[in-house]
Amino acid sequence: MIDAKKIKKDFPILKQNINGHRLVYLDSAATTQKPRMVINEIKRYYEQYNANIHRGIHTLAELSTQAYEQAHEKIAEFINADFQEVISTSGATESLNIVANSLTKSLKKGDKIVLTEMEHHSNIVPWQQIAKDRKLKMEFIKLDGFQLDMEHAKEVIDENAKIVAVMHASNVLGTINPVKKIGKLAHDAGALFVVDGAHSIPNMPIDVNDIGCDFFAFSGHKMCSPTGTGALFGKKELLEKMSPFLYGGHMISEVTLKDSRWNELPWKFEAGTANIAGCIGLGYAIDYLKKIGMKNIKNHEEHLAKYTIKQLEEIEDITIYGPQKGERTGTVSFNIKGIHTHDVAAILDKHGIAIRAGNHCAMPLMKILGISGCSRSSPYIYNIIEDIDKLVEAVKEAKHIFKV
Amino acid sequence: MDDEIYKENILDHYKNPHNSGALKKYTFKHRETNPLCGDEIEMFVKIDKSRITDVAFIGKGCAISQASASMLTDLIKGRKIEEIKRMTKEDVLKMLGINIGIVRMKCALLPLKAMIKGIEEL
Repeated sequence: MIDAKKIKKDFPILKQNINGHRLVYLDSAATTQKPRMVINEIKRYYEQYNANIHRGIHTLAELSTQAYEQAHEKIAEFINADFQEVISTSGATESLNIVANSLTKSLKKGDKIVLTEMEHHSNIVPWQQIAKDRKLKMEFIKLDGFQLDMEHAKEVIDENAKIVAVMHASNVLGTINPVKKIGKLAHDAGALFVVDGAHSIPNMPIDVNDIGCDFFAFSGHKMCSPTGTGALFGKKELLEKMSPFLYGGHMISEVTLKDSRWNELPWKFEAGTANIAGCIGLGYAIDYLKKIGMKNIKNHEEHLAKYTIKQLEEIEDITIYGPQKGERTGTVSFNIKGIHTHDVAAILDKHGIAIRAGNHCAMPLMKILGISGCSRSSPYIYNIIEDIDKLVEAVKEAKHIFKV
Repeated sequence: MDDEIYKENILDHYKNPHNSGALKKYTFKHRETNPLCGDEIEMFVKIDKSRITDVAFIGKGCAISQASASMLTDLIKGRKIEEIKRMTKEDVLKMLGINIGIVRMKCALLPLKAMIKGIEEL
């Protein structure tokens, strides 16, 4: 088990009071808070060695290039990939847009993209819009309760499927999907396998080789790194064949007025000046999380989720959306009968508790669940059992105010 | 005005909204949604000689958006449409009698937005 009480002290933002109460931050699936160590490293970058990378022949440029490449190495090692296989992006959304745009170039009318019904908008909209333009087919693996229906997965991943793109962990349900099994189905059918890891990589060890995916997309800001950071992993042989998505400086090796040749991997996919400070910050966030240990983080999340569910279940008229048993992340979504989710969030805020309310960028999933939104508690390494107790107390208070 | 937004009258309007339901005969209807939090308001408005003779709404969403619709429909019945077009955020806040932060402002203003847009499309 991790010492969340001690970890909390690493996060300056958590020391404050909100509306007269100690801040209880339970919105980490939206974005996590940042440890002092990461904030300090970004400050140190700007105060001591800010310079553009891969160009300047001066000391600062050398220092920044070194730190930037070192951050790539840290990311690669963190997910068991090679240096050339890791592209720094602004987040999972950009990563998925790169894959969607580059991979679909070779697809023909009638080829199929398979997603799931529980996807975040970022793993629906890029594919959907390209599919509309290019007359590609789309199918969605159905839900069976709060898990994917694997029998249905076997049906829709057929010989027409060219790409299968699945979220690893649900940002709403807390469900962890069986990506290894889905990857095998995809590869047996001759399809490429894309994993949206935005909500898994903050919470558990990730090994892209063990998962067996061709691409893995994630955001840094959900794992203690600054906003505007993230990465795309792609298998080297695939990235070599793929065309770049964004064009411009840095991603080229040679440019004439008539044509251009691309830079080597991974820079071929990093056009323009990167978020250098952010990417360096992501590297330090990884250092920070590794020290705590990803397995420990996973256990901590499961422990908090189970406690949250147990406490909420004791309150009348609460519906919980997500697996009650087994492997899951810390995210717990729920609704209170008779109170709109935004009102729940507003009342919790009065108690200094930050949760997320609404559709959580998963409108199709909300429709399937038959709701317009829900309240979501998403704890992280800095949350203690007492935080969940405060959440539960405030939920009871909301019921009291609304007399339900 | 204090900081409490869930005042008795807001909750009363939310639980028992006035002028709730569709009108069978209306001059115009207009629907607005708040995509960020999923609030929906559809206004049904009957106009006679530039005056609102009847108004009702169908909606779902949070207490603030629904109470705002309920109170707004009460407030504007019998008024001239020119007056409604000139209504502002401040009028809605005065009507609600609570302090609304930037996040919930969209919920509070959705009913007025539906009214004004509907009038503009006439």
